[in-house]
Amino acid sequence: MIEVLIPILAGTLAAATPLIYAGLGELVAERSGVINLGVEGMMLIGAVAGFAAAVETGGGAGVGFLAGAAAGTLAALCFAVITLSLAANQSAAGLALTIFGIGLSAFIGQHYVSHSLPGLKPVALPLLSSIPLIGPVFFKQDMGVYLSFVFFGIVWWVLAKTKLGLMLRAVGESPESAHALGFPVFAIRYGAVLFGGAMAGIAGAYLSTVYTPLWVQNMSAGRGWIAVALVVFATWKPGRLLLGAWLFGGVTILQFHAQALGVRLPSQLLSALPYIATIVVLVLISRDRKLLQLNLPASLGKSFVPGR
Amino acid sequence: MNPEPPIPLHGEPRLQLLHISKRYPSVLANDDVSLVVRPGEIHAVLGENGAGKSTLMKVIYGAVKADMGEIMWNGRQVDIPDPAAARALGIGMVFQHFSLFETLTVVENIALSLGGEFDLASLAIKVSEVSKRYGLPLDPLRHVYSLSVGERQRVEIVRCLLQNPQLLILDEPTSVLTPQAVRKLFETLRQLASEGVSILYISHKLDEIRELCERATVMRGGRVTGEANPRQESSASLARMMIGRELPHCEAPVFEGERKPLLEIRALSREPDDAFGTRLSDIALTVHSGEVVGIAGISGNGQAELLAALSGETPVAREMVQLCGEAVGHRDAGARRDRGLSFVPEERLGRGAVPAMSLADNALLTAHRQDLVRHGLRRFAAARDFAQRCIERFDVRCGGAAAQARSLSGGNLQKFIVGREIMQTPKVMIVAQPTWGVDVGASAFLRQTLIDLSRSGVGVLVISEELEELFEICDRIAVLAGGRLSPAVPREQTNAEAIGLAMSGLFAQPTPESTHAA
Repeated sequence: MIEVLIPILAGTLAAATPLIYAGLGELVAERSGVINLGVEGMMLIGAVAGFAAAVETGGGAGVGFLAGAAAGTLAALCFAVITLSLAANQSAAGLALTIFGIGLSAFIGQHYVSHSLPGLKPVALPLLSSIPLIGPVFFKQDMGVYLSFVFFGIVWWVLAKTKLGLMLRAVGESPESAHALGFPVFAIRYGAVLFGGAMAGIAGAYLSTVYTPLWVQNMSAGRGWIAVALVVFATWKPGRLLLGAWLFGGVTILQFHAQALGVRLPSQLLSALPYIATIVVLVLISRDRKLLQLNLPASLGKSFVPGR
Repeated sequence: MNPEPPIPLHGEPRLQLLHISKRYPSVLANDDVSLVVRPGEIHAVLGENGAGKSTLMKVIYGAVKADMGEIMWNGRQVDIPDPAAARALGIGMVFQHFSLFETLTVVENIALSLGGEFDLASLAIKVSEVSKRYGLPLDPLRHVYSLSVGERQRVEIVRCLLQNPQLLILDEPTSVLTPQAVRKLFETLRQLASEGVSILYISHKLDEIRELCERATVMRGGRVTGEANPRQESSASLARMMIGRELPHCEAPVFEGERKPLLEIRALSREPDDAFGTRLSDIALTVHSGEVVGIAGISGNGQAELLAALSGETPVAREMVQLCGEAVGHRDAGARRDRGLSFVPEERLGRGAVPAMSLADNALLTAHRQDLVRHGLRRFAAARDFAQRCIERFDVRCGGAAAQARSLSGGNLQKFIVGREIMQTPKVMIVAQPTWGVDVGASAFLRQTLIDLSRSGVGVLVISEELEELFEICDRIAVLAGGRLSPAVPREQTNAEAIGLAMSGLFAQPTPESTHAA
């Protein structure tokens, strides 16, 4: 039985990794009060930049991650200038960024359609990987998965334990009050949005250089949107985000294994499972208004113009 | 009761304002204002809404830059460009509208405004110490959204005290407190003053100032109109300085008509939709024709929820609200208005009126029942005429029926909204905070209007935070505390002390009989 479970669980972790990167980035941005619906676009820009850099330099996934992060940051910078400095509507600007990202990545990706990359080999961590069940699931993964754990730890620690995290939450709750206390509201929001872009870029680069190391147009396939939904699902808490990402990763992996296990369902229906799960979970969460209200950053989606 | 200040009021002034002026595009908020505060002095700044008190305090706190004038701090001329600079000098301010973050804990909120090392555990201990020492009990680990308004004020005060201020500014601090809590706050302030802290106390409540302060600067229309020792002045003489004439009084004649129940609230209970809301439990009250019934209490004790249940914005069980003998609890706001209910909400702009629409269009919003719409089509001339009559009858100062609602001052807009409802000859009128942010003259007019309305046979229900107002206009007064309503008691049989006790929730749960017996 365990032999059947291990590949499913290990695969779940890998499938969840892009969601963890993108979700953590969006969580930080939303905690500062900025909703960036451009995650899907930033992921695709990161994916194509990472893939192109890895192919052109031959430097592998590491170079891909750096290039993806840089490209995602640049895309987020455009969004930040428009929504923070120019105080434009965040939802509209985010949607525009997604549309732009889909188009730009398809355009650049034309040159790379027939290329493929070697990907990353799993690295078994000494000692830890010999623990039964947990070892092969958690500690026989590629470096991209481990790096996502590191980022999770950093985000959790900063939000829960540091003054910077407290300031970020304060800005998201009431930028007016934070401004009155003398906090640099714009700098904090810029930082959060750029971090979100970098993380979405890495998520894309992980997809294109590690998870399925070849270029396919529109390869993020809605994962950016699932990441946005995950943040709500997680009620803006990193720990729940991790659980949610694994849940969705599991649903994604199950569809591959379902047929092998003899489940007689049309494959289209199985492929739709993660998206159906997203809708169901969001509906369930939204029913509990109090849970959302107690955790929702109160200024989410609202522009801040000092002195107005 | 009034101990002599232990620190003599001479020596170098702590704060000196010299000829401060500040002009906003449409108004001269401060005009050549000078002020001296000495160490250990409790100094009142007295004035009506719009007298320029808040602007002056913002200048001291660095939130607003004065156009002209100088600030001297401990004998030195200083420039205060922002609140951080003010805090660095030793100036602390407790705002009228708190600047706290709801979803953070008390100690997190305080940590945010303090510099230095970030250590929540040791800060929590310090917060407990300071709060104990000054009689301001606080649990540092509670979330702010779970605190009452009075407790939030304590957070603000403790936050200021942790910075060891030499000057503490309090902006209308008692508007959110029960009379008993006010007395406790005064003890804390006297203790601070005896330790040498100067206090600037902004208020429009004459009795409080006479009890607490040694000196008062009175402002009107942006100018200083007098300086006085409030203990040697009468409330009437202070009022003359503050508003330029005698305090107006209301006439409440005896109702001659038949006294019959018009609005009955029966065992009304409701869970709030809002996570920060209050649960209403077993509320019972009857409003009769010819009387004004007041509901006292501090906002946040179920006022918003009760108003929504009465106006019909959140329908309740059918039998819980009875209008002229008909059960209407399940009906929406429009259906209740059709049956003779009028409702004036607390938020004038955005709920009582649409800011960007003209007065004529705003009249149409509720008065379309007065034949202003025919066959689904608007009758523009009729709506303009309706608005014009309302403007004339209720003395609304504005640019005519075409003026935007947002261009009116608070008092004039309130007169228009109340007038709009009265002209529809309601059977029951519910008004929330009728004179909130309204100047003394317009307040007196509005209060008299409500009394006159009730004496024409209408049942009037007023929900207000201002105790003096309720004692002036109401025939019976109940208290809403923690989502429960005390029995309505005739005004002659109660006093501020008893109402204050009830505000802290100390009353027997009313039964339907007790409201009738009253």
